[in-house]
Formats: sequence, structure tokens, C-alpha cells
Amino acid sequence: MSTFTAPQSTTTTGWLRDAATLTGRVLRHWKRRPGSLVVSLLFPVLMVLMFGYLFGGAMAVPDGGYMAFLIPGMLAMTMLFGLETMVVSVTTDTAKGVTERIRAMPVTATAVLAGRSTADLLNAIVALAVMLITGLLVGWTAHRGLGLALGAIGLLLWLRFAFTWVGIYLGLLLKTPESAVAVQILVWPVGFLSSAFVSPDTMPGWLGTIATWNPLSATATAIRDLFGNPDWNTHGWAAEHSILIALIWPAVLTAIFLPLALASYRRLDR
Amino acid sequence: MMYEEGFARSLPRPEVAIRALDLGKSFGAHTALDGFSLDVGAGTVCGLLGPNGAGKTTAVRILTTLTRPDSGQAQVAGFDVVRDPRQVRYRIGLVGQNASLDEILSGCENLVMFGRLLRLSAAAARRRAEELLEQFDLAAAANQPVADYSGGMRRRLDLAASLILSPPVLFLDEPTTGLDPRARIDVWSSIRSLVGSGTTVLLTTQYLEEADQLCDQIAVIDAGQVVAHGTPDELKAKVGPDRVETITRKPSLDEVFLHLTGHHPSTGRAEPMTENTR
Repeated sequence: MSTFTAPQSTTTTGWLRDAATLTGRVLRHWKRRPGSLVVSLLFPVLMVLMFGYLFGGAMAVPDGGYMAFLIPGMLAMTMLFGLETMVVSVTTDTAKGVTERIRAMPVTATAVLAGRSTADLLNAIVALAVMLITGLLVGWTAHRGLGLALGAIGLLLWLRFAFTWVGIYLGLLLKTPESAVAVQILVWPVGFLSSAFVSPDTMPGWLGTIATWNPLSATATAIRDLFGNPDWNTHGWAAEHSILIALIWPAVLTAIFLPLALASYRRLDR
Repeated sequence: MMYEEGFARSLPRPEVAIRALDLGKSFGAHTALDGFSLDVGAGTVCGLLGPNGAGKTTAVRILTTLTRPDSGQAQVAGFDVVRDPRQVRYRIGLVGQNASLDEILSGCENLVMFGRLLRLSAAAARRRAEELLEQFDLAAAANQPVADYSGGMRRRLDLAASLILSPPVLFLDEPTTGLDPRARIDVWSSIRSLVGSGTTVLLTTQYLEEADQLCDQIAVIDAGQVVAHGTPDELKAKVGPDRVETITRKPSLDEVFLHLTGHHPSTGRAEPMTENTR
């Protein structure tokens, strides 16, 4: 038996290592259970095909066709889907006692959550790559050059970063994997009540206003602009300043939910 | 009498590994701990015995830094659980009521991950994982996902994961609850071998046989307080004198518990005093 090792002091490298260990853990999950990763990656692809080919014919999109409008919307939706995955994995950790064990270890809360967030961003990058390839295969293209296209991807990941913290917080709040189903259902109204699939202009006035101000809409509208994809004629301040709003909304969400997630992780007193 | 007291005082006092002083904790209207005090000497095994809801788990959660007490104080391995939780966490192992493992990962991956989080180098974490898998008879299943493990295997892996740094203080919260008799005996033998290596163990249990088998000291907890503390034999002797006339066998710990708290340990239900206990 090895003897008791004297504890080392808290260092930045130690913190980074803890976060990396916990990110690595999620990557190992992918390796061990590739099925669930593949399903989560293919689900948005299925939605593109469904919406694009089943409903697309009925959608009158000015210059460019529905597919070109839909793909940026689905890219934003894909970022939102990450929230469900996060809630499921956080609640599973609580249910299986992994959260408890790690909390009883000398690992700081910020390292634990940073590990999760990093893994989630990696997942988002893979999911975006799959969706962009799907888009190219169904005839979608970016028209305004690589620089702006990368800017659009940056905005998407920025949105995902915010959703990560919402997901961690909800996961810690809900505790059981069963209750995560509620989040999986709620993702849909949030997704549909946006400009991801249709223009808010086609909705009843008050609903259209909510949809316009949905964080998802800001990102969808902004990346349509950056990709040079068609958009319905959306008027109003929110639509005209979509890039600004797509930068601000995730910042606001992160500013609210990151501290909430941290505090509830530290206060899992039961 | 005088001689005995003097003798006891002259014995070298064992270093205290766990000290709880007047701990209080409430959850809303429910008082979980109410003046809980306990000293556990280094290198001893102390059993915390009590029915469901007596406060055992809350006491363990406070001592393992998972919950903050409302009042009172506690030191584990020489560090205050509230002021210095990080130092405490380096020196404790915790086996909770349910296995705390990543079910998707293999047994080996679990141990390596927890070893890394305890700041072992990659090579050292790997070495230690292999050592522990061997020690807990899990080497054959090392690369299988934990989801495929039996209840007994999970509990052994859980115990192994708590021993990565060979912590001086180990908390076992109902370590054999829900295990079949065979797996229970396996876990007991693992615990016994740990004790041989000088680890201080605080073990909560509802099973009196378990406390009797494993513990040097037993603290009986009821309604958030320690109501009696001593060796299994001392506790039995406390009840003994009243009984010698009516019964000839030694009282069981079950009877000790009933005598001390007025209710039966497994049910927690109050029972009327029978002629025997009077």
C-alpha cells in the first residue's frame, strides 16, 4: 500500500488539470457509448431533412429557398439541444453519487464546472461540423466569405456557452434524470417560439415580439446575416441589431446562470 | 473504583482523529442533529448505530465537508471541517450509502480519474488503480464498464476509490446496506484489513451484528444526539445488571438499543417497556 501523500497547494496548473481530467471523462463517455453521441448528432440532421423537405415546399422564403433559411435556424437549435444533454448528464451524476464523491474531494467547484463546460463546447463543435456538412449537402452555402462564417460559428458557440450554464444550473436544481424529461419537452416551445423555423412576422403580434426577442432568434438572425443567407423582411430594432443582441443575450444568460450554477454546486446540502 | 479511575487516566490517550462538538443541523422544521458530540481515537473503528432518521448520515455529511453545520464544530484529521474543508478532503475517504461511481467508465478508468483528481500523476494514478483493483479482487473486471458490475463489485470498487490516497480517516455510511450476505462478508473482510493498516474508521450502520463484528467503539445515536458511547461489551454491560436475574444469556445489541432509546433499531418505532427491559 502506498503511503499517504501530502496534499499539494492549490495552483493554477492543478486547477487546469482537474478541469482537463473532468473534460477527459466526458470524452471517454463518447468513446464508451458512441451510440448516444451519434444519435444526438444525427437528430438535428433528421430535423433538417424533415423540415426542409416535408414543410419546406410550403414555405415562401424570399430569394434563396427554405433550406437556406432553415440551416442557420437549425444551427442555433442544435446549440439549444445541448441543454438537454447537459441536464441529463448533470442529473445522472447526482443520482449516481459521482457529484457527491467529487464534492468530497479536494477539487474546486469552478474546476468541476469548467471541465463540464469545456466538454460541452467540444461536443458543440462536433455537432456544428456535422450540421454544416449536412447543410452543404442539401444545398446551403455561406456567401460572405470565411471570416464572417467563422464569426457566425463564434456566435453559435457563444450562445452554447450560455446554454451550458443554464443546463448545469437546471441539472443541479432538478437532481433526478427523470425530471430532465421536462427540460427535453420545454426545449421545443423555446425553439419554435423563435425565428429558427419561421419568421416572427408571420406570428400574431405579441407572440412575434416574444419570438423576436428570444435569444435563439438573435443568434439565428445574426448568423443568417453573416452567412449571407436569406431572411424574411424583419423590421424593428431587434432584427436590425441582431449581431449586437446575439453578443449581449448569451452574456446576460451567463452572468445570471454561471453564478447560480456555481452557488448551487457549492450548496448541494440536500 | 478509585484505582480503576486512576489507571484509566494514566493510560496514554489516543490521538483523536474525529472530533465533533455539539453539532446542530436542521433542514427546515426537521432537526437532524441536536448537540451531536463524538470523539473517535486514531486507528480505531467507531460504529455510529441508530435507526433511520436518527441523524447518522447528516453527521457523516458534516464530517466529510458535504454539509455545513448550523452550530457546533468538528475536526477531522486535525483540520476544521468548516474552515479548512480542502485539507480535510485530502485526508478522508467516503463510501456513501450508494456506490458513487461513473457507470459508463470501467472500474480502472474510475480509479484513474479519481486518482488524477487527487493530484496523482498519470503514471501514479494508473499504478495505484491497478494495485487497488488487485487488492479488491476486481482485476479481472478492470476494463468492464461499471454498469456491468454486480452490487458487491460496485461496493468494493467504491471502497477502493475511497482509498486511493490511503486516507488516514475513512467514513463508511451504511457500507453493506442492500448487499446480499456473501457480498456483505466480502466488504467486512475488506474493512477489517484496512483497520489492520491503522486507518481510523467511522462506520454508520443499522445492523447491530455489523457494529458488533467490526467496531472497537459504538456510539448509539438517537434523535440527533449520541445517547451512549462505549465498547460493544460496555454497552451490553450497561444493560446487563438489570437483566441477570430475569435472563441468563448476554443481552444482544438489539436489546441494548431498545433499552437506551426506548424503540427498536430496525423500525425506529417506540415500543412499550416490557418486563424484561424493566
